[in-house]
Amino acid sequence: MKSVGQRVPKLDAADKATGKSRYVQDLRLPGMLEAKILRSQVPHGRIVSIDVTEAWKVPGVRAVLTAKDIPAKVWGYSKDQVALKGDRVRRIGDELAAVAAPDIEAATEACERIKVVIEPLPAVYGMEAALAPGAPLLHAARGSNLVQTHLYEHGRIEEAFSKAAKIVEGTFVLPAQQHGCLGPAGAIAEWDANGRLTMHDPTQIPFLVQRDLAEALDISPADLRIVQPCIGGAFGARLDLYPHEAIVALLAKKTGTPVRILFSRDEDFQTDPVRPRTIVRLRTAAAADGTLLGRDADILVDCGAYVSWGAMTPVVMVNTFGNFYHCPAARYRARTVCTNTQPTGAFRGFGNPELLFPMETQMDELARALKMDPIDFRLKNANRAEETTPAGGHITSCGFKEVLEAVRTRLKRPAAPAAPHLKRGIGVAAVFHVGGGARIYRSDGCGATVKVDDFGKVVVVVGATDIGQGMETAMAQIAAEELGVDVSMVRVATQADTDIRLWDVGVHASRTTFIAGNAVRLAAKEARKQIEDARAALKLPADAPLDKVVRAEHFRQKGRLITASVFYDPPTSMVDKANHGNVSAAYTWGCHGAEVEVDTETGQVVVKRIVAAHDIGRAINPMHAEGQVEGGVIQGLGYAMFEECVLKDGRMQNGYFLDYRMPGIRDIPEIETVLVETNDPEGPFGAKGIGEPPIVPIGPAIANAIADATGVRMREFPMTPERVWRALRGNR
Amino acid sequence: MKLRLSMRVNGNAVELEIEPHRTLLEVLRNDLGLAGVREGCSTGDCGACTVLVNGKPLVSCLMLAPDAEGASIVTIEGLAKDGKLDPMQEAFVAKGAIQCGFCTPGMILAAKTEDIPEGNLCRCTGYTKIQEAIREERRTTRPQA
Repeated sequence: MKSVGQRVPKLDAADKATGKSRYVQDLRLPGMLEAKILRSQVPHGRIVSIDVTEAWKVPGVRAVLTAKDIPAKVWGYSKDQVALKGDRVRRIGDELAAVAAPDIEAATEACERIKVVIEPLPAVYGMEAALAPGAPLLHAARGSNLVQTHLYEHGRIEEAFSKAAKIVEGTFVLPAQQHGCLGPAGAIAEWDANGRLTMHDPTQIPFLVQRDLAEALDISPADLRIVQPCIGGAFGARLDLYPHEAIVALLAKKTGTPVRILFSRDEDFQTDPVRPRTIVRLRTAAAADGTLLGRDADILVDCGAYVSWGAMTPVVMVNTFGNFYHCPAARYRARTVCTNTQPTGAFRGFGNPELLFPMETQMDELARALKMDPIDFRLKNANRAEETTPAGGHITSCGFKEVLEAVRTRLKRPAAPAAPHLKRGIGVAAVFHVGGGARIYRSDGCGATVKVDDFGKVVVVVGATDIGQGMETAMAQIAAEELGVDVSMVRVATQADTDIRLWDVGVHASRTTFIAGNAVRLAAKEARKQIEDARAALKLPADAPLDKVVRAEHFRQKGRLITASVFYDPPTSMVDKANHGNVSAAYTWGCHGAEVEVDTETGQVVVKRIVAAHDIGRAINPMHAEGQVEGGVIQGLGYAMFEECVLKDGRMQNGYFLDYRMPGIRDIPEIETVLVETNDPEGPFGAKGIGEPPIVPIGPAIANAIADATGVRMREFPMTPERVWRALRGNR
Repeated sequence: MKLRLSMRVNGNAVELEIEPHRTLLEVLRNDLGLAGVREGCSTGDCGACTVLVNGKPLVSCLMLAPDAEGASIVTIEGLAKDGKLDPMQEAFVAKGAIQCGFCTPGMILAAKTEDIPEGNLCRCTGYTKIQEAIREERRTTRPQA
């Protein structure tokens, strides 16, 4: 193939390398005002009064809004969110009032002059405390802080555990993780004279925001269009509608001029929809010959103060829980809980890192207890191609064996360390993930149009969103391959708005290459057929260039356009009430191997080397696929080793990059990436998703390597020197 | 009270009146329209606003603009010459070292003088391809080293 499989540089890379890309921070519209939000400093309380009189006295102030100035609309996943809070605050950072002024200094000063009286109420921060009888209630209408209970079961669980040769169990604690997008959040709103709203919004879900924001503003979705500027990182942070999007639109409406809101870094930290704090109690049973018999999990997931996508992570966890490995019996309960902390959302991997740290730790524990090699133990219980799991997942292509063997070949036991207080070890962990979309909404579809113009240029209009992963380039390569043109002749209309682009659910669930790729491929195929038909009808030679064929059609009466639109929605189903179903058209496997050195005197763990093998179906662009693996591995390394939101009385104590420790270039071990191509029958040119899987198994691979080196099991992230040091001393 | 500030930016002489508390970042972005100077944190921790001040990479959010009096500043906009990318820009493009791109201008400028730009955060790439790009640039521009 000439385009697919090539290491084509990103089409937008030169613009990004020269500073020409325009993020929301770079856009300026004539007359544009800047917005600032006044936020609650009380974690839980009743709003007694908000007096904005003094705010209006700041020169230049054009609008001051509180709850009583805006439509009384509730919105969000569980209809518990409002743009500006009028009666109750439920976390530090809740939106109380908003100001628009010509510059951020005036807007900030006006916010500081607003007088707020809040009567504090008892607050609750831990999930177990929030579920205890008599706990302060966040949402009285719900009657409890419990949001939802997710249940799943297959096989005979009690019997499985009663006949087991070995049972391992443990409680695992996972922290909130910040997305840490280098580009902070923001949006610009402008209304035209006909009452139509344009949002310049770096969202991951333009078509869902169109609907949700219209609902929050009490306008018709037909009067709203979304334009996405260049997006400075997302990773799930932009997967919902957030209060600031509604607020900036309301300020723009009030003032009749464009308004922009940009978050400062500390505001971004305080409002980021973090990966939820999660507690997993898990036990796993195996027979003496290494056959898995059963697994049993009880999970708590923290929603924070309002219900957003964090509350949906159990749906992804259960997919792995019911499908991964041949496990004849499984029982699962996950409860989502509200606490007086910042709302939790989607984060790359979406529950899978939280679940697979426990699961893959216990796979390692069982292998050791049964004196089996951890890769042999996994192979013995591995999923295979062309099987349907007890959970209803239908497996088409499967490279599980290949990724395990790839790590076995490349991960070598290290030489003995230089000093007795240093211990070295190796560990492996695996991942199962959706690779062919994920039907978490009724639609998992995406539309694409391929147009060929009379200069031979191919334009792809697609609903999908580029968040840096390289959607644009992958789509161009797919269209170029199908049409037999050079990639340089393809443009992807990423700057088009939702009026022009075609429906897409959004960029999440590692779905874009698979779903949008299929839509683009089918549209390109149809366009190619139109060209061939035109050649035949016009009696042009078979080698007549594209531009000539299209021009011949444009310059004759009853000519035709070369343009094809296709909607692709994969052959999958949503899960039923019992959480059974085939949510993805393809599944993907990966395995990571890690080599570590542990300083037993300080608890310091140095990750020396990582092998990351992933079943990608086919790499449309191996360079960018490697980039997804390397980037995911290092975000996962941060989650496992460094990153944690430290809360005190509901307030994040480390909301700066200095204190919230994301991996830096000095933290990077050698990473060897192996892309296994299994040529999926449904994927475009055989491709499957790769965005999320690489963040998942790195943490448990490191934890298993620490156990190999020291004999000590880590069951809490991040595995800081202090936690490792304490664990080495029996958790004193 | 405003101060008069003279400096060279991307080779051009610049004179402007500024409030003395403005940072170099604010002046470059807001007064001079150099949007490639990215503001990631404004506390000097992320490196996205890195510019070259007299050839040295510095975070422009921590430098008061009056301190740039007489200095020669290079931002990402000043790196490509006559429409041709700088070798470091080329290496970042060719090696796949750019994802969301927000850290990229600061990272490229820091990498001009630092083999390991440890003051610059990237959340997307895992740094592996950034390291490859820097090695590639060194190989092509300093073959004897």
